[in-house]
Amino acid sequence: MKYACLVYLQEAEINQMSPSDWLALNLRCAAFGKELAASGHRLGGEALEPTSTATTVRVRNGKVTATDGPFAETKEQLAGFYLIDAKDLDEAIEVASRIPPAQLGSIEIRPVRELPQPPE
Amino acid sequence: MAEASQRSILAAVDEIYRAESRRVLATLIRLLGDFDLAEEALHEAFRAAVEQWPREGLPGNPRAWLVSAGRFKAVDRIRRRARFDSLDEEALGRLPADEPDIAELLDQDLPDDRLRLIFTCCHPALPRDAQIALTLREVCGLTTEEIARAFLTSPPTLAQRIVRAKNKIKLARIPYEVPPREALPERLDSVLRVVYLVFNEGYAASSGASLTRHDLAAEAIRLGRLLVDLMPEPEVLGLLALMLLHEARRTARATPEGDLILLEDQDRSLWDRAMIAEGAELVTRALASRRFGAYSLQAAIAAVHAEAPTAADTDWAQIVALYDALLAVEPSPVVELNRAVAVAMRDGPAAGLRLVDDLLARGELADYHLAHAARADFQRRLGQKAAAREAYERALSLARLEPERRFLQRRLQEVMH
Repeated sequence: MKYACLVYLQEAEINQMSPSDWLALNLRCAAFGKELAASGHRLGGEALEPTSTATTVRVRNGKVTATDGPFAETKEQLAGFYLIDAKDLDEAIEVASRIPPAQLGSIEIRPVRELPQPPE
Repeated sequence: MAEASQRSILAAVDEIYRAESRRVLATLIRLLGDFDLAEEALHEAFRAAVEQWPREGLPGNPRAWLVSAGRFKAVDRIRRRARFDSLDEEALGRLPADEPDIAELLDQDLPDDRLRLIFTCCHPALPRDAQIALTLREVCGLTTEEIARAFLTSPPTLAQRIVRAKNKIKLARIPYEVPPREALPERLDSVLRVVYLVFNEGYAASSGASLTRHDLAAEAIRLGRLLVDLMPEPEVLGLLALMLLHEARRTARATPEGDLILLEDQDRSLWDRAMIAEGAELVTRALASRRFGAYSLQAAIAAVHAEAPTAADTDWAQIVALYDALLAVEPSPVVELNRAVAVAMRDGPAAGLRLVDDLLARGELADYHLAHAARADFQRRLGQKAAAREAYERALSLARLEPERRFLQRRLQEVMH
């Protein structure tokens, strides 16, 4: 079973972190990435640039529009995601709970949906 | 076979359905990996039993027979469907390849299946109201209509809640397992909370019109007993004790018209002594474990009340000490309020009033009617009529439940003169 772990953080809070705290958090995330790779849970994952660099793309009636900013205004902003492999939801929750920003923000777990294959 | 013995076999099927259908279902869910498939299989198994048992006689182990028949019917159904729908090949693939024989099904740890079912239905990844609905539906075997009536919702709303929960179980792959030791305290807490919410839903309903809601309290106690059998952890014992000790006082706590009777005014001869004895014994076991928590402590408080011959003879010092322990385990302003009431009984209303005033000054209970009702009661007992009147009026403006409002109105009348 594959799960995506999306990392949410309050950017305002992150922006108020001291440079050394910020560096320490990043180093912990990098180390966690290696740890996950070693234990076989890691399938991929990246940190993301802040929402100021985000673009939202929409398609309406076949017309593509690209707008600045994240998809919705909420208190927390998406800061990254992990694609993990876990045998069930409990294992996914356990892995997600170890993602360092879980202590600062929230991690949303969604089961990954297999898209139907186009006919050959 | 003679007609009489056929009739007795059909009566036996009914009896087995009542006693065993939830256990059979729990095992079928594990074997088939799907709630809906298992429910269909359960019904087909009983249909087969009604047809075959009167002809062939009761099987040696009816439960194993039902599990085996249900599984066979489900596999057969999936195979038939798979011929038309390629998606069902996947469902087929999930089934174990070999036919397990009945002896093997029997050797497996069947009680564990019910425990698996309870933990899955109360999984914290499901919404709380769905946990409650699913537990009553799958573990207790209540119908959707019964649950909807008890919770004063419409059957379609409730059915949708259950469908969504089953969908999430399937899509997010919520496991069908008893959680491992390290996750157990938190997960068990979720289970106990569901049972206690079911109990309170039934217990809070005290008027004659809510008989079906009373059944919820009985259902919660049944669940509590099942949990004690399957997993006798201290807090499991504590919760069952707490429910029994409250239930023991049910008939004494309201007039036939549904008016509240305070603990101190209750006719103690109406209390169910057998239930109190059972509850008190469970409390003792829970406390002796030294791993007890909030349920056991609340049960211990209820036991001290239940064992006092009169309100005046209650060991208030012990009750205050138990509230202190409860506050250490689970700090909450409502527990502090209850402690203040016990302190007032031990040291007099002035002491209670000081505590409640401090509590209200902190603001957390400012809109809680019982805080103002307690304050009014202390002032009434101190002869401060004007202040008591004001506090009763404040409590009345916040109280929602009719019996509570009637009680406060009566008290308000008393301090008017």
